[in-house]
Amino acid sequence: MDISVNWLRALAPSIDGSADDLAAALSARAVPVDRTVPVGEELGDVVVARVVEVGKHPNADRLSLCRVDSGMGDLLDVVCGAPNVVENALYPFIPAGGTLPGGFKIERRKIRGHESNGMLCSEKELGLGRDTAGIMRLADDHEPGQALVAALGLPDARLEVDLTPNRIDLACHAGVARELAPGGVADVVLPPFGGPDWSPRWESGEESASAGGVRVTIEEGDRCFRYLAAIVRGVTVGPSPEWLQARLRAAGARPINNVVDSTNYVLLELNQPLHAFDLARLAGPEIRVRAARNEPHTTLDGAEHELGREVSVIADAERPVALAGVMGGADSEVSDGTTDLLIECAAFDPRHTRHTARATGLATDASYRFERGIDEAGMEGAIRRAVELIVATAGGSPDDVALRVGRTPPLPTRVSLRPSRVKAVLGLDLSGEQIAELLKPLGFGVSEGTASGDDGALDVTVPGWRTDVRAEVDLLEEVARRYGYESFPHEARSLRPSTVPDSPVWQRADRARRALTSLGALEARSSSFAPEGQTSGRPARLLKPLSEAESFLRTDLVPILLGRVEHNWSRGHRDVRLYEIGSVFQSSVGAGESTAGEDVSVIEDIRVAFGITGLRQPPHWSGAEYDLDDWDLKGWLEDLGSGLGLGEIAPGRPDADGDDLPFGFGRWLGEESFCILRNGRPVGVAGRVRDDAVDAPVWAAPVYAAEFRLEAVQLEDHRSYRDLPTFPAVTRDLALVLDRSVPATSVADAIRSAGPDTLESLAPFDVYEGDKVGAGQRSLAWRLVFRAPDRTLRDSEVEEGMGSITHNLEERFNARIRSS
Amino acid sequence: MSLRDEQGDLRETLESIRIEALEAIQGAADSESLEEVRIRFLGRNGLLSRALSGLRDVPAEKRPQAGKKANQVKQTLETALERRVDELAALSKPAQTAGSDLTLPGRRQWRGGVHPVTLVIDEICEIFGELGFTRAAGPEVETDWHNFTALNIPLDHPAADMHDTFYLDDGLLLRTHTSPVQARVMMEHEPPVRILAPGMVFRRDPYDASHAPAFEQVEGLAVDEGIDFIEFRAAIDYFVHRFFGPSTRTRFRPSYFPFTEPSAEVDVSCIICEGSGCAACKRTGWIEIMGSGMVNPAVFEAVGYDSERYTGYAFGMGPARIAMLRYRIPDIRLLYEADVGLLEQFA
Repeated sequence: MDISVNWLRALAPSIDGSADDLAAALSARAVPVDRTVPVGEELGDVVVARVVEVGKHPNADRLSLCRVDSGMGDLLDVVCGAPNVVENALYPFIPAGGTLPGGFKIERRKIRGHESNGMLCSEKELGLGRDTAGIMRLADDHEPGQALVAALGLPDARLEVDLTPNRIDLACHAGVARELAPGGVADVVLPPFGGPDWSPRWESGEESASAGGVRVTIEEGDRCFRYLAAIVRGVTVGPSPEWLQARLRAAGARPINNVVDSTNYVLLELNQPLHAFDLARLAGPEIRVRAARNEPHTTLDGAEHELGREVSVIADAERPVALAGVMGGADSEVSDGTTDLLIECAAFDPRHTRHTARATGLATDASYRFERGIDEAGMEGAIRRAVELIVATAGGSPDDVALRVGRTPPLPTRVSLRPSRVKAVLGLDLSGEQIAELLKPLGFGVSEGTASGDDGALDVTVPGWRTDVRAEVDLLEEVARRYGYESFPHEARSLRPSTVPDSPVWQRADRARRALTSLGALEARSSSFAPEGQTSGRPARLLKPLSEAESFLRTDLVPILLGRVEHNWSRGHRDVRLYEIGSVFQSSVGAGESTAGEDVSVIEDIRVAFGITGLRQPPHWSGAEYDLDDWDLKGWLEDLGSGLGLGEIAPGRPDADGDDLPFGFGRWLGEESFCILRNGRPVGVAGRVRDDAVDAPVWAAPVYAAEFRLEAVQLEDHRSYRDLPTFPAVTRDLALVLDRSVPATSVADAIRSAGPDTLESLAPFDVYEGDKVGAGQRSLAWRLVFRAPDRTLRDSEVEEGMGSITHNLEERFNARIRSS
Repeated sequence: MSLRDEQGDLRETLESIRIEALEAIQGAADSESLEEVRIRFLGRNGLLSRALSGLRDVPAEKRPQAGKKANQVKQTLETALERRVDELAALSKPAQTAGSDLTLPGRRQWRGGVHPVTLVIDEICEIFGELGFTRAAGPEVETDWHNFTALNIPLDHPAADMHDTFYLDDGLLLRTHTSPVQARVMMEHEPPVRILAPGMVFRRDPYDASHAPAFEQVEGLAVDEGIDFIEFRAAIDYFVHRFFGPSTRTRFRPSYFPFTEPSAEVDVSCIICEGSGCAACKRTGWIEIMGSGMVNPAVFEAVGYDSERYTGYAFGMGPARIAMLRYRIPDIRLLYEADVGLLEQFA
C-alpha cells in the first residue's frame, strides 16, 4: 500500500516530521513500512511545455518531430519516441543541458538526422509514478515554462506500507493519518473540494428502492449487506485536474478520467470501494445484486468470464454489469461520451467477495477491502464525498434523492476491557484513565462500565473502520502498541520448568547425528519431495506440486541421497559421505492410523540414511589409498549397530511383505546387502549400490548406502562398569581349513560354545582362499584371548580349552587345524 | 623321594619363569627393553638356561618329560617374544620418516559434521533449554484443523493467504509452520508448558535465492500462570543476547499472527554491520528474526486450557535464514544441495 505524505498532511496538518520519521513511527506503532521513496526530487530542470506541432520523423516510423513551447520564447525542435504525444497538450520537458533524476544529463543531439533540443518525459523517468506507457500528459490548467515541481505540488514522499491482514483500516490515507496525527482522530479533517455540498434525501428499502427512474434491488441479502446509489447527470468526462492526478500517482494509482479518478480518490482516502456506471448503458435502468446464472461477462480489463452461481454480480435488467465487490464490466464502463452516472457504494459480504474473486482469478483493490470488511457506518459519508468530487471535477448535478437498500448498519461493536487483564497479560499497571488516554485518539469510545460485573471494567465502543477489533484481547493489543512495545519495563521473571519431557524423537536424532558425524559423514538436508520414479510403495501425491520432479512426498531417503551424491560427482567431488535424518511418507491403505493418531491417509516415518563413496581416508603423501569397500560398509553398520543399539546386522535383505512402511531398496540395492534386525523385524537395510542405480562418472568409486528407522535408535543406557583385568591374558592363534560355505559366525559360535569361560574374545585375523588350501575350502585364522579374572592362567588350562575347541570344530565342520 | 622332589621343584621353577617372563614381555614398551627381557629369560645365561641346568640332577627316565615341559615353556616364551616384537614394530610403523621436513602435512581422518542449519537449531534449543524449554516433535503431514483452525486461522479467511499451502487431500496438508505442534502438546500436557518445536515446514514457494518450498522452523511456546508481555520480552532478549552476542539490541514491532495477540515482530541490530546499515539489513541496521506474541486466548480455548487462568507467549523463527546470516551464505539453495564443499566448511 502506497501512502503519500503530502496527502497525509492535507488530511491532518498536525502530522510533522520527515517521511523517514513517519515511517519509523508507523512501524513502531502499527504496521511495517518497507521503505520510503522520495517523489519529485531532483526535478529542478523540468518545466511544463506545450507541444505546438507534431510531425512525422522522415527517417523513423516510430519517432515524431515536435515543435515545443517551453515558455522560453522560441519554439524548440524535439524528437519524441512516445506514441501518445498530441498537439496542443502539455507535458513535462527537460531542455538540453538539464538533468533527469538520477543524474542523467540531456544533451542537444541529432537523432536520425534531426536535431533534438530536449526531452519530453514519462512518469517513470521523473520518478513520479509507475506508468511507462508513454509521456506524462499534464492537465490543461498550467502555463508553459512553469516549474513542474510547483505545478504538481511537489516534492512528496511515498511510504510503502506492508499491511498486515488485520489492519485493513490502514489501507487508506485517513486511516494512516489517524494513527500518525498527534491528536489522532480529532486532527483528521477531510478538506473540501471547492464545489457545492451534496446532502441527499435517502430513499430506503430493505430489499429494493427506486428514485429518479432507477430501481435498486438486493436479491440475496447474504451476498450484499447494503447498497447505496447516487445519480449524477450531465457530467463531462475528461482528464482530472493536476492535484487529483498527482495524489493518485503518489499513491501508486494511474489517473484515468475525472470520474474514475474521483471514485479511486475516495477509495484511497476513506477505504470505501466505489464504482461509477454509465447510467445510459444500464438496461432498465435498474441494478440487481444477485448470484450469477452461468452467464458470460466481460470485465473492464477486457477478460471474458463464464460466471457460475458462486459468483456474485451486479446486473441490470438483462445481464451482469459488474462482478460484485471485484471489478466493473466493460459494457457499462464510464467513457468519454458518458453524461449520466450511477455511483455505487456497497457493502459486499467478505466470503462471497472472496468466492467471486477466486472464481474469476481476479484480485483488486476493491476485493482486497471487501474480503476484510468495510466500515458500513461510513458509507453515506463516502458516497457523498465521491459525488462532491465528481461534480467539482466533471461538472454535472446530482439528483437530490439517493437510494439506500439493505440493512441499517450494525451498531458499533462494544467490548469490555478490564484493567486487571491489562495487568495479567501485559504486565502493565494502568488505570482506567490511562487506558482511555491510549485508546481515545484511535477513535475508540471509552467509559467506565457499569453493566459489567468486573470492577473498573471499561466499556469500549469500537469505531466502524476497526473491523478487526472484536474482543478484549484485541484491545489489549491496542493498549500494548499505543503504550509502545519499546516502552515496556525490562524485568526478569522467575519461571517454572515445563511438564513436557524432551521428545525422544530429537534425542534419537541427536544420537544418530553424533554417531554418523564421528564416522566422518556430513549431514545433508535435501528435498522432502521426489519425482514418481524415486518413490516406492504407495507414494503420496501433492494436489498442486511445483513441478513433476517435486510432485510426490519422498518415500525413502537413499534415492534422494544418491541424487545428492550424483550432484557432488557433477561438481568433481569423488569422496562423498552424506547422511540425512528426515521424514518419509506413505499413503496408508484406507483410513489407517497415522502419527497424528487420526483418520488420515498418510503415514510418516523418520529415517536415518547414509550414502558413501570414495577414499577410506583423506589422501596422504605417504602411502597407498584405498576406496571404501564392503567391509567399510559393514564396519559402519557394526559401529552404528552397537553405538545406537540398532540391533543385529545380518546378511540379506528385508522382506517387504505386509509392511506399512517398506524400505524401497529395489531400485538401488546390490547383491552385497545387509538387513538391520531388531527382535527379528527389519528396521533397516544397507548394501552396495548397484551400478545401474546411479549415473556415475568413470572415475567414481563404488557407492554404499543404508537406511534405517530413527525409532530403532535406543535411548536407554545399559552400560555398566566391568572390572579392569588385573591378570595377564594368554593369546592363541588357531588356523582352520574348512569348507568355504561355512559362515564365519557359525565358526565363531562353535568356538565360543566349546571354549572355556576364560575365553575372553576371539576375532578372525586372516582369511585365505586359494591353491594352498584346495578348491571349495578356505582358511580362517582366529586369534583367541584367554583370561581369568582372579588368577594368571596356567598353560595347561589354555591347552585344555584349545583342545576342546579344536575337537568341536573338527567334529562339526570337518575342519583341519593348521599347525602354527 | 628326593629325586621326585627335585623334579617337582623344576616344574615349579619353570612355571614361575613362564608367568614372570610373559608379564615382562607384555610389559616391554620398546624394543630395547624387550631385548633386555629376552636376555634375562632366554639368554645364554638367562633364567631358563640356568633352570635347565637342573636337568642334570633329574633321573634319566624322568628327563624326557621334564625336558618336554622345559621346551614348551621355551617355545611359549619365544612365540610371545616374537609377537611382542611384531606388536612393537606395528606400533612404531606409522612413524614413517619424512627426513627432517616436518612442514609436510600430517595424516588425517575424514571429518564428519552436522549441517549448518542443525548447528543453529541445536544452539537455539540449548539456549532456550536454559530457560526450561524442552523439545517437542509433531508430524509434517497435518490436518487443516491443527495447522489452521486450532491456531485461530479460519480456513475461509484472508489470513490463510499468508500460507500458500501444499495440500495432499481434503483436510490433509503439509504443515505451513511448526505451530500445530503447540496445539498437540497443549492437548496432551497441562501447564506449565515450555516447549520448542523444531522441524520442516512447507510453503508453495518455488526455489530462489531466499525461498525454498521446504525449510526449517523453530517454534517456541511458554504457557503458565502469570506469564506477561514483560516476561516474554525478557525471554526473547535473553535468547538474542546469548545467540547473537551481548551487545546485540532487540526491537519489538507490532505485527499480526492469528494465534498471538498482541503480536510482535522481533528485529535484532544487524549482526553484519552492527546497525550502521549494509546490504544484509537493506540499510536499515535491523534484521527481522522472529514473529512472536502473547498466545491468543482463542488458541487456549481450542485446546481446552482455561484462558483466564493461563497466559503465555509463542514465537517462531527460521534457522535456515539465521544460518545464512550468521555464516554469510548468500543463497538458500546452497543449504539444500548437500554439496560436500559447503558441508565440509562446517565439519
